[in-house]
Order: sequence, then structure tokens, then C-alpha cells
Amino acid sequence: MCHEVSIEFDNNLPIYLQIMNYIKKQIITGKLQPGDKIPSVRELAVELQINPNTIQRTFQELEREEIVETRRGLGRYVTSEESKIMSIKKEMAGDLIQHFIQGMQELGFKEKDILTIVSDAFETDKSNLKEEG
Amino acid sequence: MEQLLHMDQVNKNYGGKIALQNVSLTVGSGRIIGLLGTNGSGKSTMMKIAAGLIQPASGTAEILGRPVGLETKALVSFMPDRPLTESWMKVKDALQFYEDFYTDFDPLKAERMLQFMNLNLGDKISTLSKGMNERLQLTLALSRNASLYLLDEPIGGVDPVARGKILDAIVEFYNEDSSIIISTHLVRDIERIFDEVIFIRNGELVLHDEVENIRLKHGKSIDDMFKEVFAE
Repeated sequence: MCHEVSIEFDNNLPIYLQIMNYIKKQIITGKLQPGDKIPSVRELAVELQINPNTIQRTFQELEREEIVETRRGLGRYVTSEESKIMSIKKEMAGDLIQHFIQGMQELGFKEKDILTIVSDAFETDKSNLKEEG
Repeated sequence: MEQLLHMDQVNKNYGGKIALQNVSLTVGSGRIIGLLGTNGSGKSTMMKIAAGLIQPASGTAEILGRPVGLETKALVSFMPDRPLTESWMKVKDALQFYEDFYTDFDPLKAERMLQFMNLNLGDKISTLSKGMNERLQLTLALSRNASLYLLDEPIGGVDPVARGKILDAIVEFYNEDSSIIISTHLVRDIERIFDEVIFIRNGELVLHDEVENIRLKHGKSIDDMFKEVFAE
């Protein structure tokens, strides 16, 4: 992770939340594996040109959510508990869905329409795949 | 919170011109603080008072509970907006000058920083570009083991590459027990290294808050907040 950190920060949002989300995504996509060591505060601060206290806060929040654990004298590691990782996945999926539904409702679609549109999209996707294959 | 720097009702004027007006603030340790304001807003005056270079007309300024004066100068490392080094000097003379002058100067740290900054001991200061000179001044200021570092416009007037290098060096060589106050009007490039910011306008303190609080409360970057506060 240390060598491929790249976050496009949005200065309008708290930075620690953006780094938290970034690390969560790294875990979900398997770029950070359960039990992997994560970089130190200083390493990440220098890498991202971010205030060290902001990184510290990110790690504290991740610890509070039990996604990251500190082993005394050794550093911080990604949790080995698969259930935790599943719950991050669900949480992020929940956010995406909520965002989507809200957007569709703003466009004036009702639940039934939304479901139809989604299943139609999947059908189109499948038939496109068949044509290509 | 330990009171590293404390100012209470500080006033300062130059002749009839008001430079600072009832400025009160407290800064703790382990922080990187942005002192933000447009030109002439009072940033340098505030720094010079904290550094003990000028006296407030009224009010008090304290470093670690001691009134600013001879004793506190040893605790404060000030990087002025104009270099203190002489034009005949080479980089190594400047280092020697600081080492002779300040007992807390750390020559090993200075050497590591010089290397990071791509500066050589044999370089003549008069031949350094503006960006390289800023790098040298920062090296000198941060190589002291002080409690409070005051950097007056460390990224003013240098190109974005040099700016990036200077920010890298601040994050890399910053000692976490100390605090750094950085004055600037170039907010966008630097706002992510701050813990807190102080906005100063026409000599008055108008905002002092943690940067993440500002982003959370206002949904705005510090740069946008700055533009809003200082809009004319």
C-alpha cells in the first residue's frame, strides 16, 4: 500500500473521513489483506503530505470500529476477523444504494419503477456480454 | 492542553497605524497551525511579538507560562520573511553561524535536512535561487530543537515544485512535541498539513478553529473559507 497510495482529496470534506474510506476500500478490494501491517502515522503523513494528527485520528477511528488493531510495540494491523470485513462491505454497499435510491427518487421514480429499471439494466448487461462472448 | 503560546489582549501600533487589536489566543503543543491573512493583516507583527523581537503596546504574551523575553527566545525558532544570512556566506558558513548562535542547534539534523533539500555545504548563498534560499532558511529554522517554530511566509514567492518540497520537509522533519505556526496567504497548497488555523484581518483575530471542524461544520475547504472571510 505504501508505494501506491493515491487519493484525490476533496478539501471541502474532513480529510480523516476520506482516508478512512480509502483504507476501507483497500481492505474490501483485497489490496490490504486481513492481518496486513499498515504504514505508520509518520510514513503515511509524509506520503500523503497530510498533518500527522489527522492520520492519527484516522487510525483511532478505524480502531474504534475494530477494523484496525494495534499490537503493542509492533504497529497497526488490519483485523483478521472476516466478519468485520464483511460488515465494512455491507456498510459501503448500503451507502451506495442509499445514494442511488435518493437520486432516483429525486428524478421522480417510485420503488416499482426503480426495481424495473435496475433489472432491465442487468438484462442489457447480460445480453451485451453474450454478444461479446 | 498545555499552553505553549498564550496571548492576552495584545495591542500593537506603528505610529498611528493599528497592527494588532486585542488579540487573545492559546496554542497547545504538537500542532501545526496556519496563521492566515492577506498582506498587511498583522501576521508578521504577531510572529515578531511571539518571537520577542518587538514588544506589544499593551497586553501580554507568554511562552510556556513565561513572559516573552530573553529567556523565551531559547524556546522559539523564528524564520523571518527576509533571510538572516549574509550574501558572502556559503551554506556551511550559515550552518556554523547558527550553531555558534543557538545552543539547541542540531548539526546532524541540519545535515540530513540539507541532503533532503538537495543543498550542498559548498553552495554560495548569493547564487541560490529564491526557492533554494527558502529551503536553506527552513533548514536553519527547523534544525534547532525549539518548542515553538514560527515560519513567516515559508512558501511565499516560490514555484509549486519548491513549495511541495518545503511542505514535504515540514511534515518529515517536524518534531511532534513542538508546535509550528506558519503564516501564509497561499492557503490551498498547504491547508492539508494544518491542525488548526487562525484568521487575522486588519489586526483582529476573526477565527481560530481546527481545520477538520471547519470542513465538517461549513462543508467548505479552508481556502474557500479564507476567500469568504477576506472578500473585499
